[in-house]
Amino acid sequence: MYVAVKGGEKAIANAHRWMADRRRGDRQQAELAVAQVQDQLGLAVDRIMAEASLYDPELAALAFKQASGDTVEAVFLLRAYRTTLPRLAETRPVNTSDMCIERRISATFKDVPGGQVLGPTYDYTHRLLDFMLLAGGDRDVAEPEQADQDLEACPQILDCLNQEGLIEREQDDGSEPYDITRDPPDFPVDRATRLQMLARGDEGYLLALGYSTQRGYGRNHPFAGEIRQGTVEVEIEVEGFDAPICVGEIVMSECQMINQFAGNGDSAPQFTRGYGLAFGRNERKTMAMALVDRALRAEELGEPIQSPAQQAEFVLAHADSVEASGFVSHLKLPHYVDFQSELDLIRRLRREHAERTQGDTQHAQASGADTAADTATAPTASKECAQ
Amino acid sequence: MIANSSIADAAQGEASGYNFAYLDEQTKRMIRRALLKAVAIPGYQVPFGGREMPMPYGWGTGGMQLTASVLGADDTLKVIDQGADDTTNAVSIRAFFERVAGVETTTATGEASVIQTRHRIPEKTLRADQILIFQVPIPEPLRFIEPSEEETRVMHALEEYGVMHVKLYEDIAHHGHIATTYAYPVKVDGRYVMDPSPIPKFDNPKLHMSEALMLFGAGREKRLYAIPPHTRVESLDFEDHPFEIQAWEQPCAICGATDSYLDEVITDDQGGRMFVCSDTDYCNTRREDMA
Repeated sequence: MYVAVKGGEKAIANAHRWMADRRRGDRQQAELAVAQVQDQLGLAVDRIMAEASLYDPELAALAFKQASGDTVEAVFLLRAYRTTLPRLAETRPVNTSDMCIERRISATFKDVPGGQVLGPTYDYTHRLLDFMLLAGGDRDVAEPEQADQDLEACPQILDCLNQEGLIEREQDDGSEPYDITRDPPDFPVDRATRLQMLARGDEGYLLALGYSTQRGYGRNHPFAGEIRQGTVEVEIEVEGFDAPICVGEIVMSECQMINQFAGNGDSAPQFTRGYGLAFGRNERKTMAMALVDRALRAEELGEPIQSPAQQAEFVLAHADSVEASGFVSHLKLPHYVDFQSELDLIRRLRREHAERTQGDTQHAQASGADTAADTATAPTASKECAQ
Repeated sequence: MIANSSIADAAQGEASGYNFAYLDEQTKRMIRRALLKAVAIPGYQVPFGGREMPMPYGWGTGGMQLTASVLGADDTLKVIDQGADDTTNAVSIRAFFERVAGVETTTATGEASVIQTRHRIPEKTLRADQILIFQVPIPEPLRFIEPSEEETRVMHALEEYGVMHVKLYEDIAHHGHIATTYAYPVKVDGRYVMDPSPIPKFDNPKLHMSEALMLFGAGREKRLYAIPPHTRVESLDFEDHPFEIQAWEQPCAICGATDSYLDEVITDDQGGRMFVCSDTDYCNTRREDMA
């Protein structure tokens, strides 16, 4: 007997209770502190901040803990929180040229002013599981050695190319940037808007798209001109003060790609650029972003648009993991009503198909023809079209 | 309908720290402005600065933002999904507004001043003092014919709707029938072709000359649109293939209704099934009236 589906409220409450229990895990184990997540799972925290568009390591760590380590869920939690925050002021553009460098490398020059600064990286590690960490050997990790002198100034490497005019010049035209968090995207969108959308785009998605350009789907011959990581100052202008006020420092990653040159009879050939920027230590993300940014400049640079990574609406409309995971997961919601409509139609179509087929078979048998029933349906179908 | 004193309202709300009905007043104002535009141009998709909600995109964030924007402290809210008040997501959204707005809620269609719905229009005819708010996944009716937003916007501007008729014609050529059973496209006030959201085509006639204001919100796509009261809404069709709605061979197994949309319920693994009203309030009311 049919029982109306009642008690959804209670079921939901219990499901959430079970999830909270699952998240906490074995009570014999020490509870994971948010400070530990923030401190020891920093790269996850950075990814969450970048994709949530909110720089707050503590809350990102909280989101990661609350989401049981599900990054996409954590990004969603932090993004939903971000929406509720008032906008108190607008900062001046951060100046990555003045970054307090922690890591800075170039793949295009052996040595550069300021030098190659490797900084903390997993690059060049042998990816062998360290069983010492499993045995609690983390206590004995040595502190890194400190250089006894300060870094030299690290000018942007692409600016060095600029002096010769070898690379396209990029300048602030002073226009007010579009704000994707306040206004809906209005395709086609300009580059500043595209970069905003890519900066909060899902890393895995950008990685795959960037990779696709390297494999020939919108190839643009990239060189990692410069990758830098470190802290930058965030400044606001306050009425009554002549100079901008520094309100804090944030860690950022930046990638400047040097790409294949463009030029025609009117202008001399020049290298072009792709750009990536993200909160925190998000090197892979910024590299992928720079590749995709360059791919999306195809139209502007007069290149044929033939590959997925070059199609702005396709790339940008599907980059946000909060939007994507929401819409994919909504398939879990009930669709009884729509499905009923489809059931009704498909039964009707099958009934009509069966009647047609049967009628034709009888007709074929009656006339002594040995045509198969399947082929005999063809004239009937075309007759119906003509009606 | 519109809250005029958000501070007093916020004090009443159960969830402290959030504004009345969750959204801040500036956001609500932005959405109301977009709604006014939508009402002025029936069926036209108005872009709006959709915000993240604490529910996932695709789960009714557009409808929720509209509800939050029109809800006042003295409103009575009903939330349905698939016509039912007790489906999990309807329960969740209703609980959300109870928590952040502290408004009265109801399951009785006649008692609600604002109804948020997913996939159905209530069977009971709506009145002029009611607002029906639809959750919309993909607002663009032309999207599955033309994926680019740039293109479809031009098509709407030029009233270039031939492709939609071609699509429906191809259905007839392939299947003998128009194979669209839900989210069936309509033309609003003789101008814009509009996606009525994934309601079954059974509900399309209820859009026509409705007494109630109908608002549509697509959160992820950041579009909203409206059908003002007493607006002509025609379902697209052909002279020789007129629009028709679903009909069932049997009445509702619970209340005996023959004029409501029925859901099929599988009762065993031997092919047993029964049909019951998808609109739970309609079904319950009829049963109570009979008793």
